[in-house]
Amino acid sequence: MQKLHSLKELQYFKEELLRSYDGKKKRILVCSTGCRARNALKIRDAFYTVIKQEHLTSEIEIIETGCQGLCAYAPVVTIEPHGIFYGKLTEKDVPDIIAKTMKTTEAVNHLCYSENKNTYPYLKEIPFFKPQKKIVLRNCGYINPTNPEDYVRRNGYLAIAKALSGMKPEDVINEVTKSGIRGRGGAGFPTGLKWKFANGYKNDTKYFICNGDEGDPGAFMDRAVLEGDPHSVIEGMLIGAYAIGATHGYIYVRAEYPIAVEYSTLAVKHAREMGLLGENILGTGFNFDITIKQGAGAFVCGEETALIASIEGRRGMPKPRPPFPAESGLWGKPTVINNVETLASIPQIILEGSAAYAQLGTQGSKGTKVFALAGKVTNTGLVEVPMGITLRQIIFDIGGGIPHGRAFKAVQMGGPSGGCLPAEHLDTPIDYESIKQAGAIMGSGGMIVLDEINCMVDIARYFMDFVQKESCGKCVPCRIGTKRMLEMVTRFTTGTAETGDIEKLQALAESVRDSSLCGLGQTAPNPVISTLRYFRNEYEAHLNDKFCPAGVCKELFNYAINPEKCTGCTVCAKNCPVKAITGEKKKAHTIDTAKCELCGICVEKCKFNAIAPVPKKQLNHIKK
Amino acid sequence: MQPSAAPSAEAHNRPTDSQVKDAIKNFKTNNPSLVIPILQAVQEKFGYIPPDSLPIISHHANVSRNKIYGILTFYAQFSLIPKGKYLLKPCRGTACHVKGSKNVINHLKNILNIEDGQTTPNYKFSLETVACLGTCFLAPAMMINQNYYGNLDEKKAEEALKDCE
Repeated sequence: MQKLHSLKELQYFKEELLRSYDGKKKRILVCSTGCRARNALKIRDAFYTVIKQEHLTSEIEIIETGCQGLCAYAPVVTIEPHGIFYGKLTEKDVPDIIAKTMKTTEAVNHLCYSENKNTYPYLKEIPFFKPQKKIVLRNCGYINPTNPEDYVRRNGYLAIAKALSGMKPEDVINEVTKSGIRGRGGAGFPTGLKWKFANGYKNDTKYFICNGDEGDPGAFMDRAVLEGDPHSVIEGMLIGAYAIGATHGYIYVRAEYPIAVEYSTLAVKHAREMGLLGENILGTGFNFDITIKQGAGAFVCGEETALIASIEGRRGMPKPRPPFPAESGLWGKPTVINNVETLASIPQIILEGSAAYAQLGTQGSKGTKVFALAGKVTNTGLVEVPMGITLRQIIFDIGGGIPHGRAFKAVQMGGPSGGCLPAEHLDTPIDYESIKQAGAIMGSGGMIVLDEINCMVDIARYFMDFVQKESCGKCVPCRIGTKRMLEMVTRFTTGTAETGDIEKLQALAESVRDSSLCGLGQTAPNPVISTLRYFRNEYEAHLNDKFCPAGVCKELFNYAINPEKCTGCTVCAKNCPVKAITGEKKKAHTIDTAKCELCGICVEKCKFNAIAPVPKKQLNHIKK
Repeated sequence: MQPSAAPSAEAHNRPTDSQVKDAIKNFKTNNPSLVIPILQAVQEKFGYIPPDSLPIISHHANVSRNKIYGILTFYAQFSLIPKGKYLLKPCRGTACHVKGSKNVINHLKNILNIEDGQTTPNYKFSLETVACLGTCFLAPAMMINQNYYGNLDEKKAEEALKDCE
């Protein structure tokens, strides 16, 4: 790596990169991080092989990128400069793409995104991408994350250069404050204010920490940013460190994300070689360096004081605030902890100005937010949208709605600290306040869509099981309260709940919320509180009728085939792993409940919606 | 697809003191904040934290043995018992849960005849459910050593095990 000694050298370096970059050259952008789980590296190798065979090496370049967003179509590639997007590729599609798209400019239609029988070859026209506005993910999927030159060419490190070349730390803080950005880790605390506090405490040593301990099940945007554009996080940290006067920083990243660990470690090494980390950065006298710390598998370490304990080499247990880390954090020094997504937005705010950023979003929530769409939604993946857009737009317009023609039931937002919002809230505009008012939280941005065959009591039980396991055990309300709550919810899902249990559960949930020490315990009851608020009827069905209407809680239902809907297609019988379904071809089938293990495969496979859960006691009646 | 062998392949052969010392020699001594990275290095190298290594780590980092024990039992990453050659990590994250990961996990437990956190007697398989792999688009998903398996059902999970030879 070339070492840059001054701000001018960085500018020259960028201009040189732009001069040598041929924008018209054909490039194949292959997602090589998230899509790896679906054989992306084999696709990449196939491209290399075919290009070599066809002697096109000098004409076509392959760029290994981070996440391109539309994970449901993995493995994906984008062809530049045409902007054609292909998904669900196999190795045998590669020669086709080379022959058609690379030699002519024609799209291979059957590899393109399609929706409602329309085919969309061009990325910018695909309904999934069209409404998005990319700030955090501006480089994700376009650049090679292991090549800092790609980042610099797209204005990388120009924001820290701008800050160092004429802005005082206070100016930087003002700019960030004016942008209105709030912490994207979940709590939504104004970032500028946090920096201002830390700046105000005089100390020779201050620390700047990037919180990449993305523990919420269902959230994967921090992983995507660290894998797809790690330098933007480093630059965000540099700007923050300059603003508060920190000389050392940590990126705390989950060990469960091996690619994120690898790429952020590599990015730090490159930045150091280029003189963008270390002493006397770009000749300005500013010193800052970063150490990568790997998490060791504890959800509670996403909480800032627990994260600090973990970096210090202790059990990751939170402590009461105040003092806040801005006053007394890592090793008792003033410390700022920002989330990955927040930090990736910072360079853009400094470079484009706070006004441009503040134009996006709503009164109280500015800018864009990345959401991880998953669960029962057609287009699972990462989406970045301006605040203020509605849940319906995200789930149905961008997400493509619920697959298999099923009905939307709820969307779970904010992970174990969040809640479930029903269909009546689909038109809620997304900002911190309105989501909270509705009973969920913005959280880190996980959005799990649930359909009619998901049981809300089971979802509540799932989250109680999660937080009960992850509670660090320091304070009693969280340690014992979540355990008791789990036991109570389990009584519902196993049919042993008694009259009055709903009220007891509600009361306990409120006590745990009000008396726990840290954010984990205070928000742990949210999944129960929100499902009790919107889906009380399901709790009542479990309690009074001993029936799970969604067909999830196995003690509380049997499957039965509706003879009026069954066409006798035999698909269910063929797929039943325990051979519990019998019947003649073209005649209604029946399920032997003694054999049936309630795995639900038949329900998934039945095209006629003929198999449904029924209460155990009613079974005989339906059979007749 | 052949899963790559985990470093824990010879896990049940207890490492010697000098092997442990060798694994941690690059860490600065007398720095208590390095306990977690040291434990991570030992876990990575041997597939578990051999109980006999605690005095060595304690001496190296200048942290008492009971504190180290407290730390390593706090974090899910560390294990005091050896793991199998193939570490199965089925995801029980939210997206996986709503798409039926429970059935997949139960099926794995049944065919391997072990519970979550246990290892088969021949040290071939360990089962360790994880809170979230961050690959929600693959739900229900599982990792076997460094490889991902997605869109699982009982049948596919069983087939994935057949890759492990």
